[in-house]
Amino acid sequence: MKKSLFIGALTAAVVTGGVAGAATLDDVKARGKLNCGVTTGVPGFAAPDANGKWEGFDVAVCRAVAAAVLGDSEAVEFVPTTGKTRFTALASGEIDMLARNTTWTFSRDTDLKFEFTGVNYYDGQGFIAPKALGVTSAKDLDGATVCIQTGTTTELNLADFFRSNNISYEPVPIETNSEAQQQYLAEACDTYTTDASALAATRATFENPGDHVILPEIISKEPLGPLVRHGDNEWGDIVRWTLNALISAEELGITSANIGELSGGTNNPEINRILGTEGNLGEMIGLDAEWAKRAIMAGGNYGEVFEKNIGENTPVGLARGLNAQWTDGGLIYSPPFR
Amino acid sequence: MATLTDPPSSGFRLSKLIYDTRYRSYTFQFIALMALVALIGYLGSNLMQNLRAAGLNISYEFLGEPSGYDINQRPIEYDSQSSHMRASIVGILNTLIVAFLACVTATVFGVLAGVLRLSHNWIVSKLMAVYVEAFRNVPVLIWILIIFSIMTVSLPGPRSFRGEEATSSMLFDAFAFTNRGVYTPKPEFTNPIFTSGALNWLLVLAVLVASWYGARAIGRWATRVQEATGVRPTTWYLTLGVWFVPLIALMMIMGLTWVYPELKGFNFRGGIQIRGSLIALWFALAIYTGAFIAENVRAGIQAVSKGQTEAAASLGLRPGRIMNLVILPQALRVIIPPLISQYLNITKNSSLAIAVGYMDVTGTLGGITLNQTGRAIETVLLLMLFYLVISLSISAVMNVYNNSIKLRER
Amino acid sequence: MSDTELAFVRHDQIPEAPPPPSERGAIKWVRENLFSNVTNSVLTILSIISIYYLATFVVPWIMNGVWNTSSLAECRDILQGAKGGCFSVLSERWNQLLYGFKYPNDQYWRPTLAFLLLFAAAAPVMFFDLPRKLLIFTGLYPFIAYWLIWGGTILSPIFALLGFVAGYLVYARYVKNSFFIGLFGGIFAAFVAWYIGGKIVELLNIQNPTLEAVPSRDMGGFMLNMILGTVCVSLSVPLGILLALGRQSDMPVIRWICVIFIEFIRGVPLITLLFVANVVLAFFLPPGTTFDLILRVIIMITMFSAAYIAEVIRGGLAALPKGQYEAGDSLGLDYAQSMRLIILPQALKISIPGIVNVAVGLFKDTTLVSVISMFDLVGMIRGPILGAAKWNGVYWELLGFAAILFFVVCFGISQYSQWLERRLATDHR
Repeated sequence: MKKSLFIGALTAAVVTGGVAGAATLDDVKARGKLNCGVTTGVPGFAAPDANGKWEGFDVAVCRAVAAAVLGDSEAVEFVPTTGKTRFTALASGEIDMLARNTTWTFSRDTDLKFEFTGVNYYDGQGFIAPKALGVTSAKDLDGATVCIQTGTTTELNLADFFRSNNISYEPVPIETNSEAQQQYLAEACDTYTTDASALAATRATFENPGDHVILPEIISKEPLGPLVRHGDNEWGDIVRWTLNALISAEELGITSANIGELSGGTNNPEINRILGTEGNLGEMIGLDAEWAKRAIMAGGNYGEVFEKNIGENTPVGLARGLNAQWTDGGLIYSPPFR
Repeated sequence: MATLTDPPSSGFRLSKLIYDTRYRSYTFQFIALMALVALIGYLGSNLMQNLRAAGLNISYEFLGEPSGYDINQRPIEYDSQSSHMRASIVGILNTLIVAFLACVTATVFGVLAGVLRLSHNWIVSKLMAVYVEAFRNVPVLIWILIIFSIMTVSLPGPRSFRGEEATSSMLFDAFAFTNRGVYTPKPEFTNPIFTSGALNWLLVLAVLVASWYGARAIGRWATRVQEATGVRPTTWYLTLGVWFVPLIALMMIMGLTWVYPELKGFNFRGGIQIRGSLIALWFALAIYTGAFIAENVRAGIQAVSKGQTEAAASLGLRPGRIMNLVILPQALRVIIPPLISQYLNITKNSSLAIAVGYMDVTGTLGGITLNQTGRAIETVLLLMLFYLVISLSISAVMNVYNNSIKLRER
Repeated sequence: MSDTELAFVRHDQIPEAPPPPSERGAIKWVRENLFSNVTNSVLTILSIISIYYLATFVVPWIMNGVWNTSSLAECRDILQGAKGGCFSVLSERWNQLLYGFKYPNDQYWRPTLAFLLLFAAAAPVMFFDLPRKLLIFTGLYPFIAYWLIWGGTILSPIFALLGFVAGYLVYARYVKNSFFIGLFGGIFAAFVAWYIGGKIVELLNIQNPTLEAVPSRDMGGFMLNMILGTVCVSLSVPLGILLALGRQSDMPVIRWICVIFIEFIRGVPLITLLFVANVVLAFFLPPGTTFDLILRVIIMITMFSAAYIAEVIRGGLAALPKGQYEAGDSLGLDYAQSMRLIILPQALKISIPGIVNVAVGLFKDTTLVSVISMFDLVGMIRGPILGAAKWNGVYWELLGFAAILFFVVCFGISQYSQWLERRLATDHR
């Protein structure tokens, strides 16, 4: 009994928790660490490496925010959350922001009282099936057994898709991605459905990735992005504009390689404003002038982060597609910095 | 409490609230009550503040909204347009189904293992000891996962039943064992008069109950004859007839046919599908709890003193009758109360369904509904309430039983 | 007829003939124990056949086991389709299975040492023959173990210990006047000491402690099961005693509070309590405070096992002859004294086997935390290890290893409990 009393007393006396109130920024600064909610492990998006260091596309957003606010991209406490716990963790103040491929939906934004601060990946739900099954379209799946990872919007999209196409199916709900993968590979289900990006990541880990096809139908829109609590607009602005800074940096050609040179001053006023050599954007957002520079230096611009974690040269091997810059025909678009 | 001699009462003083044993208990109870009220008030006000800060509220309206998700095992009509409430009821029924199946099977396993462990056969009793110790000392979650893995990895997929060079085939063309579950033939009634499904089964149930009463009446008649004449008439064929003749007649009238499972498209269609997740959960719970029941049974039988066996033997009873008439009635008094609490454990452990994707109430109400609506407090509260109701009703049954078998001494 | 006509009179006993071969040695044993009648013979043969079949699966699987590859594919290459286990997943992920994937690699000796010291600390509690002085180490152990596992400044455990010492001193000073003044005074003193200690630690703010601090989040693997098991059991015994006494109390309010608490906790599955710890508890804390998931889980599991232990102890209290209570009263002892000196020592002695059973059950139930995304042994297997591309598809080796690990611990404890039961079976018979 002594031990836990002691832990309790210690927690009360020494540890100061995050505050679910208005001033998240002050709390993060006082704590010296950013508490960032991530998944329990999706390769490429957020997963601990062999040394337990978190890496991935969503992780990079956390690190950029930490760099902007605290000046240290390592000052992040990563909190693994499941589909069930992520919203409570955010609502209760256990985490300051959630970067866990979470779909931006109406009810989450309004009913659950969260604020989505942008989209860092445009995804959609797809299906994977063994080639041997001879299925070419998701509409051929009448009567199939479908593995779903629970705790996401996937179940709802799936029910809607099959209902609107008037075909039947047998859902097999699974808790984790790895277990769903096992079920699928053991042929306990005919097809596995989740976000197309995760399907690509999962297929990359199969023994014979060529034996499996990702069906052409994308049955839902899944704009994934970081989110914060309603009601703390200052903090929401910081997360939103950190993400936008990464996106603008790619558009304007600021990379982690040339950022030192560019921050000496350039002819492009927008670059200067982002890097803090002109104007007072940092002051407006409640940070110092170099906040965006640090955020970009943490992992590079949006394009660099993408290529490093989930791009075509990684095992996940995703093409930019919808996630190309608007100038390249994609949807990634940042409002102007001025 | 120590109640000492009453001191001469000399009026009430405040210090008596602490020092006088007559008043002290009121003081304590008052303090405890105040502390409880303060604690509840504190937690409640925290809740209110947190909810207000997050802009949320407590509301059960979500129960009436369409759930939007599908459930694979549906004892009652349900689709994705049904309400969350209905999804919860489907989950509750699934919980009850798996709990019932596991309770029956666990009892069979437990009684068998418990009796066999007392066997004089060395190898059998040692095997049973290994079974009991192996299952009692490993977490049930691990057993569930192991049995589920056996199901999915060792059994063939439906695809291996297909085509010319099928690697698997159905047992008697009627049973298919696949990694998605076991498919068995399904009885269907073709007589046009009997179209309503539920009513048909009620009819079957009614006939079975009637047969049971008939069989009991035959037994009583045989006993009366035996008491009058000393010879017990042979009744087994009568009993058999009472059980089967009405049932078969009913089946013929209703036009019973068996629908066999057939491989169509991706899956077997027709017949009854017992899903892999149900089987894994059912057997894991049954085998795990069976090990505990075996210990209860063994303890119960050993609790009957040896003198009872010897007394019965000296009365000239045969070994089988000693067991039935002397040992078991006494052992049951010891066995039944822990047996019922094992049933309670099965019901509670069935909440581990979540690990294998069986859609019990923890999977629907406490799983997908919670995820989709984000109403954590409400759903967890409802979930606890459900289990509490089940537990309390089983405890109530147990108390009634305990009182009815209480030894009446003195 | 004369005596001499008697042809032969034996004067000494003939030497004992050995029993016939069918009535001695192994043959007799086999005949009596395995083939005494038809049913038994059938059962024996069936058992032998099933053991043989099991062995044909398991033995080659273990004998052909591969221990030194770095991925499943490599292992399958080596086996060339032969039956055999890929135990290399155990050797490669050994540390992750035991310590989780976040505990600093160079610090593994700390939990290991704490684990070994646990035996030294538990020994005097478990075996009464050992010198009583060893109990001092048992008292110190929680602080040592905390410091070893969590690290950080050594001042925190020292101040925590000082708090207990201060509490005890105050208690010992005032207990002679009244038990309750002593008790509450002691608790108050302890909290004052902890508060001051906490302030001092905060002020000193030591930057580089001897042992690197490891946050609770980084605990995982079998270590997490052990931590949860030992902490929750040791915490729930005193709580369980209080609840049992409360349930036996004459005061209706206190009795009803205890009854409702116990029946509520016993009526719901542990998993719903873990959901509460995971998703609901945060709403009931004052705005602005959060604490570790591991601590929330410890609170919930402790409440859970306390309710069960309370029922076991209540059984022990009920089993005592009424005369013991009356004897206490007639000696003029007050409630606290008679409980402390007469009732509880006897009742606890009767309840020990039951408490050990609850403890074993609780230890097994710590695997449920994997359902709420904590990475205990089962969580590590289901999550990071099976999820890794290299080891996707290794079930039996991992689950079997987990089963064996739990079996060793639980079987050991239950054997101890049976030994204890025999030792304590001295009276009340």
